[in-house]
Amino acid sequence: MKMLGAEVVIECLKAEEVDIVFGYPGGAVLTLYDALFKTDFPHILTRHEQGAVHAADGYARATGKTGVCFATSGPGGTNLVTGIATAYMDSIPLVAITGQVGVSLIGKDSFQEADICGITTPITKHNYLVKKIQDLPCVMKEAFYIARTGRPGPVLIDISKDVFNDTLDFVYPETVCLRGYRSLFAGDSNQIDLVIEALEKAEKPVIFVGGGVNLSGTAEEVRRLVDVTGIPVISSLMGLGCIPSDASEHLGMVGMHGTYAANMATIDCDLLMGIGVRFDDRVTSLVQNFAPEAMIIHFDIDPAEVNKNVRADFKVIGDLRWSLPLLCEKIAERNMGKEQWARADWVGLVQEWKREKPLASSLPAGGIRPQAVIEKVSELTQGESIIVTDVGQHQMWTAQSYNFNAQRSFLTSGGLGTMGYGLPAAIGAQITLPEKNVILFTGDGSIMMNCQELATLADNGLPVKIIVMNNQVLGMVNQWQRMFYGKRYSHSSTKGCTDFVKLAEAMGVAGLRVTKSEELDTVLEKALKMKGPVLIDVLLPETEDVLPMVAPGGRLDQMVLRGIIG
Amino acid sequence: MKYTLAVLVENRPGVLTHISGLISRRAFNIESIAAGPTEEVDTTRITIGVEVEDEFELEQVVNQLSKLVNVIKIANLTYVDSIQRELALIKVRANKANRSELVDVVEIFRAKIVDVNRETLVVELSGEESKIDALCEVLTDFGIIEIVRTGRIAVSRGPVAAKDM
Repeated sequence: MKMLGAEVVIECLKAEEVDIVFGYPGGAVLTLYDALFKTDFPHILTRHEQGAVHAADGYARATGKTGVCFATSGPGGTNLVTGIATAYMDSIPLVAITGQVGVSLIGKDSFQEADICGITTPITKHNYLVKKIQDLPCVMKEAFYIARTGRPGPVLIDISKDVFNDTLDFVYPETVCLRGYRSLFAGDSNQIDLVIEALEKAEKPVIFVGGGVNLSGTAEEVRRLVDVTGIPVISSLMGLGCIPSDASEHLGMVGMHGTYAANMATIDCDLLMGIGVRFDDRVTSLVQNFAPEAMIIHFDIDPAEVNKNVRADFKVIGDLRWSLPLLCEKIAERNMGKEQWARADWVGLVQEWKREKPLASSLPAGGIRPQAVIEKVSELTQGESIIVTDVGQHQMWTAQSYNFNAQRSFLTSGGLGTMGYGLPAAIGAQITLPEKNVILFTGDGSIMMNCQELATLADNGLPVKIIVMNNQVLGMVNQWQRMFYGKRYSHSSTKGCTDFVKLAEAMGVAGLRVTKSEELDTVLEKALKMKGPVLIDVLLPETEDVLPMVAPGGRLDQMVLRGIIG
Repeated sequence: MKYTLAVLVENRPGVLTHISGLISRRAFNIESIAAGPTEEVDTTRITIGVEVEDEFELEQVVNQLSKLVNVIKIANLTYVDSIQRELALIKVRANKANRSELVDVVEIFRAKIVDVNRETLVVELSGEESKIDALCEVLTDFGIIEIVRTGRIAVSRGPVAAKDM
């Protein structure tokens, strides 16, 4: 049957089992939007293209499915850039579809023309410019295949306006033929035997889990591994949720704002088994001083991750859905007790570190402790919620203080650190998981970077609870200025006329405010019970630091444990 | 250390952008890059000369390039017995007085003169990069107007093709 190119796109989305698209219309995608109208395909209109791409990202992180967003040519496409880069850094499966000017106008600096393929080349797993309708079905098939297989990532398809208006006898290809693309699943199982031998010899082993576990949905295998061996676990920001935050083996997040126990264990361990991690600089600090005594084992799906930042002694390349069950199976075959895998003196030492220096606040009594806000929400939700954050101090406090206990329950921009990510990502998560509590922790800086999406939230009746950790400063910048720039607070104050409660109300979101610590619990309890979207403006002291902190370039055991106040 | 990689890619629009984009983004130190069609219609072969600190950095270059969807195969020709060549065209000042001297130099290098006029001539030389460097240096004395070099290409000796390595 003859079909318009725009209809072909919709048919391909159906074939890929896409159930919703986030987007914003414009000149080059009018025919595509007309097809959406005619087919009644589910679509959420955000208020900015950046909102659309982050929403698709939040949808993907919460479910593991591929997120899809639409934008028009030129500024539509360029507004996606930050969101695509965010997804790329955190390996999120995403397909972004942009309109492009007509074929004859390409390269002529036409109205709303931008070379979005050129622009997004370094931040996509792959991208396509479609100038002929004959190529469209195949490109769509390949794009979804590439986005979700192997190490996931964003793929952009730039489709000329002419292609949407052209017609084709549509047949969706059943297979892809990509000569240069291999999505590796199973690797070399001999490597796993070597890993087990090394684990047997180790006296002070540590397991280090990362975003790869969340992405592959292998938290259960990690928990089995820890149950059987009792080996202490540390987590990257992206790995939180793989193992319950309050599990006794869990030492917490490692790195710049890692816990005392996790950072000390990294410096002292003699074997560090990284699972789905990329040894980011916020984890390792100065790479030469990272786990200096340890043999490094690296499990990853991407061969290019091994030896990129930290040299691995053993590598297990392959999908964690292949390697982790096999590792668990082979470990079970050994019939060894916990005390043989994780010696009592080592376990005792790390538990001592955990007790000795738990996370602390440096604030004098009186004001609302930001950590208390998160602890209260954690208690009220029992770890059953989807927690979303923006970027900055509140993000680190959430990572440190919330009790996560499920994979895919923590959505945050880890690699790129994108302020403004949180609200649209929460929208994407809530749409696909209507039964879940979706809670956004944000800051007075971050919320303003995509606050227009409050309208999307309200107009779709999505019951996201937004907690603005309002300290009236760009907190993380302020903290660095306090610590490293002689308290010269250059342009890091947001003190002004903004009233977040009124802002929320103006867009149709209920607004509440907490100014005293006595009110905190009751307001949070009330807000979480309310049906629709709520924004809670929590006024915090200006000068609380995120601690511990490893100064840039420092060793992980050289932590600042007490803040500089004032 | 310098390495020579033979990179086989699908001949699709944007493939060179993807490769050059990756090289600049990862800050790889590329000395030369030469691309052209091959015995297979849809395949382009790119010879990349890369300078890296150590084997780990080389591993990164290869692994990162391999991740590009249109890259079919990468063969490291550094350690296999291979023939490496580059082509250069050099425009040199030449007048009545020194032309015969210049012709002598060209003959010593087994280069060819492919264009002559009253003021200049164009020398064509193919060979290893070091040979071309040497000729350029000698020709400096005569006055070089411009140099065009292709960047090195390489093929292994023996019957095995890079795609089967």
